Amino acid sequence: MTNDFNPFSLEGKTILVTGASSGIGQATAIACSRMGARMVITARDRQRLQTTCDELNPHAEGHLQQIAELTSQEDVERLISALPPLDGAVLCAGNSTTLPLQFGSREKFDEMFDVNFFAPVELLRLMYKKKRLNKGASVVLLASIGGTHSFMPGNGVYGASKAALNSVMRYAAREFASRRIRVNSICPGMVDTPLIHRGTITEEQLAEDAKKYPLGRYGQPADIANGAVYLLSDASSWLTGHDLVIDGGFSI
Amino acid sequence: MNIQEFIENFASQFDETELEEFTPETNFKQLDEWSSLAALSIIAMVDDEYDVIIKGNDIINSNTIQDLYDIIEKQK
Repeated sequence: MTNDFNPFSLEGKTILVTGASSGIGQATAIACSRMGARMVITARDRQRLQTTCDELNPHAEGHLQQIAELTSQEDVERLISALPPLDGAVLCAGNSTTLPLQFGSREKFDEMFDVNFFAPVELLRLMYKKKRLNKGASVVLLASIGGTHSFMPGNGVYGASKAALNSVMRYAAREFASRRIRVNSICPGMVDTPLIHRGTITEEQLAEDAKKYPLGRYGQPADIANGAVYLLSDASSWLTGHDLVIDGGFSI
Repeated sequence: MNIQEFIENFASQFDETELEEFTPETNFKQLDEWSSLAALSIIAMVDDEYDVIIKGNDIINSNTIQDLYDIIEKQK
């Protein structure tokens, strides 16, 4: 007997992933394609996006890639018009900064909010307004436990942008439910991606910080990608407006 | 950029340590008040005041305030 029970399958679905050239976005794009989805992937850098594209499951056919700088209105509109009807979207593109609050000038807040808040919110708004999301589609926003906890000193500017994103997620979930579109977020703890290895925090400090996680390590991009697969799949059909914390137990 | 001004900017990231304790030869990581947040504040101050991005390792590799000053001056 073959066991074909798999409520997490993404077969037959078309899914957009932003920030797909590295880290969580890349892992999510690859995981979704391996679960059978046809992918639309986007990022700023053509070469790095191609690297992700090369790793997509070739058995799920018709993958598309689109270069876009999501802080540019022109690029967002071009992306929207190039999108096929979507069954899911995972908005991963984002940035982080480590900056004590006394240095968090309006300029620093604006830079962070442009990338982490206004860009994904505008994309979400236009996907809905321009009806690029099929009935029953699932949208996943990448937030952070930085939006709910002061998980590390110097993350106030970053955390505020993610908290704002989580707030919009809940309103979108309520309003988009009329089209049976679900909207959830994932709040990861520290995940081992290029974003955290930029040197402001030293490798020694990161290793020390990882010990604060009850499960004994930082997350891997696949830990978050698997959460996204669940939220995109029909396994989570009755889940909306939820922020899924995946943090190795940090926030217990 | 001069060392005296840098020392003043450096010292203003601390609350308890007296200004007189800060000299080019100060081993700043030995200060009671030194912390990971102080390190982040120094990095942010250097970006703000001198438009230079230093890294956590630059701080680790510096013993004295003069050491750090030299690193920044090289990048200016």
